[in-house]
Amino acid sequence: MRLNVLVVDDSAAIRKILVRVLAQTDLPIGQIYEAGDGMEALKKLESNSVGLVLADINMPNMDGLQLLNRLQASAQWKDVPVIMITTEGNPAKVLEAVQLGARGYVRKPFTVEQIKEKISTCVKAQ
Amino acid sequence: MCEGSVNHQPPAGVAPLHVAELIIENTEKVFSVMLGMTVKPLPMQVQMSVEGDGNQILSLLGFAGAWTGAGCVCCSSELACKMSGAMLMSEYESVNDEVLDALGEITNMVIGNFKDAAAPMVGQLALSTPTVIFGRNFRARNLNGQIWTAVPFECEGEVFEVKVCLVPTHEIAHGTRPSLVVTGP
Repeated sequence: MRLNVLVVDDSAAIRKILVRVLAQTDLPIGQIYEAGDGMEALKKLESNSVGLVLADINMPNMDGLQLLNRLQASAQWKDVPVIMITTEGNPAKVLEAVQLGARGYVRKPFTVEQIKEKISTCVKAQ
Repeated sequence: MCEGSVNHQPPAGVAPLHVAELIIENTEKVFSVMLGMTVKPLPMQVQMSVEGDGNQILSLLGFAGAWTGAGCVCCSSELACKMSGAMLMSEYESVNDEVLDALGEITNMVIGNFKDAAAPMVGQLALSTPTVIFGRNFRARNLNGQIWTAVPFECEGEVFEVKVCLVPTHEIAHGTRPSLVVTGP
């Protein structure tokens, strides 16, 4: 079964890099959807089947922690794994993300290997 | 904005030299990891404003919290195209939305990592999303006249600058934040 992935970041540059990294993994990646903030991510989730979310934290409209909160509160999406990929290194924010159910946390700048490893670990744990 | 109101003293607790060290450390890391580029730091400077001669791009983020201010990356449009091309594995002959977005993200990573490295000195600060200004002969300065710690870097035969301005919030007179004013020629 192929894994559909939603990439959420307000930077189109980072979304482009992550899409390229996903294409380089050995995982059976299916559709890759993109969203520029949490609100747009929720709309994509409503209309598509997604098995993994890669999300930034600092975004306009709805940030990554608010998005995590919404996913955790939803019976439909609470089991969808979310990996945070962000510049935010504030320990309080990291802890909040973990408490809200984030399965991984990668700091920018990141290497391709870091992203691949985190996704692979997350998918295998499913 | 009369020059008489300018505060030429560095903010207490954050020496420009230490700010420069953190700028260098985090700029080198971002360029090495995300762009695969080597940058060479040049002697730091203390400046009163951010100026762009010719075709320049200024990408900046604001700090908020116990300290307020801003951090920015300033470079030529040609170098911005090279940086963006390295990060996105593409070629850009002129500045477009992808170049502006990539430069905003580079700034986000450099200044965001600086913010976390500076946290032991200034506490945890919130960071705005990037604003990118592209134009000719502009000048940006803080309303309160605080100084910028600027570090020039050599990169691909050109020079770009990373600058940070940080001031304790309680020191800002009359509750006025050091918001930036950008003016043209």
